[in-house]
Amino acid sequence: MPLTRSPHRSYDRPAKRINWRDVVPWVLLLIAIAVSVLPFYWVLRTSLSMNSSLAANATSLLPVGFNFGAFERVFGLQSTQESIAQGGSGADINFWVYLRNSVVFASITTAGAVFFSAMAAYAFSRLRWKGRNVVFSAFLATMMVPPIFTALPNFLLIKDLGLLNTMLGMVLPFIFMTPFAVFFLRQFFMNMSREVEEAAMLDGAKHFCIFFQIILPNAAAPIATLVLLTFIQQWNEYFWPLLVGNSADVRVLTVGLGVFKSQSPQGAPDWSGLMAATLISALPVLTLFMIFGKKIVNSIGFSGVK
Amino acid sequence: MFIAPALLGLGVFFLLPMLRGVYLSFTQYNILGTPTWVGTANYEAIARDPLFWNALAVTGQYVVINIVLQTLLALGIALLMQRIAKSTFIRGMLLLPYLMANVIAALLWFWLLDYQIGIVNHLIETFGGSRIAFFGSEEWAIPTQALINTWRHMGYTALLIFAGLQVIPRQLYEAASLDGSNAVQTFFRITLPLLRPVLVLVLVVTVIGSFQVFDTVAVTTQGGPVNASRVMQYYIFQKAFTESQFGYGSALAVILFLILVLVAFVQMKFLRGNESDLG
Repeated sequence: MPLTRSPHRSYDRPAKRINWRDVVPWVLLLIAIAVSVLPFYWVLRTSLSMNSSLAANATSLLPVGFNFGAFERVFGLQSTQESIAQGGSGADINFWVYLRNSVVFASITTAGAVFFSAMAAYAFSRLRWKGRNVVFSAFLATMMVPPIFTALPNFLLIKDLGLLNTMLGMVLPFIFMTPFAVFFLRQFFMNMSREVEEAAMLDGAKHFCIFFQIILPNAAAPIATLVLLTFIQQWNEYFWPLLVGNSADVRVLTVGLGVFKSQSPQGAPDWSGLMAATLISALPVLTLFMIFGKKIVNSIGFSGVK
Repeated sequence: MFIAPALLGLGVFFLLPMLRGVYLSFTQYNILGTPTWVGTANYEAIARDPLFWNALAVTGQYVVINIVLQTLLALGIALLMQRIAKSTFIRGMLLLPYLMANVIAALLWFWLLDYQIGIVNHLIETFGGSRIAFFGSEEWAIPTQALINTWRHMGYTALLIFAGLQVIPRQLYEAASLDGSNAVQTFFRITLPLLRPVLVLVLVVTVIGSFQVFDTVAVTTQGGPVNASRVMQYYIFQKAFTESQFGYGSALAVILFLILVLVAFVQMKFLRGNESDLG
């Protein structure tokens, strides 16, 4: 879905004949869509503007003083003098380091959480063992626990382990499972047919075989959706990385953006630089969304109505 | 055996921390050294702490604005989609803000709502209003945070409600229209009651989420001006990490947790969320 194109054009005429009773609903819906989407255009417009020209042309719909200086600033391609001349703060962003950290953090936590959650979901849905329901209830209950409640003791634990400001410390609480992932996959595994599984059992296949060769391949679609949702979630995570990974070499983009913002002088922030950084930080999610939009949208209905 | 890694995660990073959090709330602990047991001293101090009551009031204000605005807007959007457009493309665009990080939503609106050159204040002036210091005034700090959150979540909530609308059987509407029921009657007699399970879910999720607002506050107002946006979670964060009062912060976290449990319980109980009138 292109960011910049106004959504109005293709949906103005829902049917061949205009039904006048539908005009008001359409206008309202288009307003809701505009409110959702247009702020992103403004971010793009600002990021392509010259920071020092923004104040004079605050309402211009097009970029003012069009240039890529803000992006150069974010990518560290600009000298300090150039940056200040264009209205930047001259602050160092270390953007590439933050980007790398975000990619590593989100990828590792996603891979771990989805894989181990799938194993747990398999145990909850396909294997019979004592206490299964009790343990599953415990998993469900943790979905209700506010992150701040466990974050403080978890911070101490990570500190005791000497893992503050390490990638390992940042990924550990997420890597073994997320309650949502366990729940999400269990729902799918429960509905899979038992026949193939039983046939494999008769052939003497072990649980590991069944899990890897039957369950996982057959659940490729829900697993892909879960990977997508988890990755976006982890990419956006702020609180935990702020606590545990605030030093410059492990800082992720969300935390880095906050720091970058606070480095801009209060009087005249480097708006175009800030918006360029914001846009680039959102880019991975925007890209995933353009490719897998339908999958993401359809998964919302599922996660809501259990 | 399959469940071992997940159990490890559950035990080490959820269950044990919960116990440890409760224990720490009865101690004085400045992160260095060892915690000293002080009984209920933290809780007594919290009861007398004006900043705690302020945080609770401010958070409450944020929660209420969110619930009302977000639920009403989302319900409206869901009904609009149900009536005129079920397209995935439209749903996708409404979902876009939800996929953004809180930090990004915060920065984006920090710019749009800037007092000097933000586009929103220019629009307000164009239509004859006077500029609003969205982040800089005490009366606007919390409503602004709530508006940002509403913007981020309204499409998502609308999709949840929309999914709930799809489940209502067509025949009920046909029967109602045969009985001469008009649109308003149909909405209040059929749609709303049958949406109840979804609405309860939405309310629980919204309230629990709203009580934990942190990211936007941390990036924009940082609790200010004065204490106007010092919400519970931000206050806990400051106590534990800025002022190194870990025991006190843990006690605050326990209280927040108890509030959330209570809220969820009351909502489930009163709204009978688990039952459906379809049954």
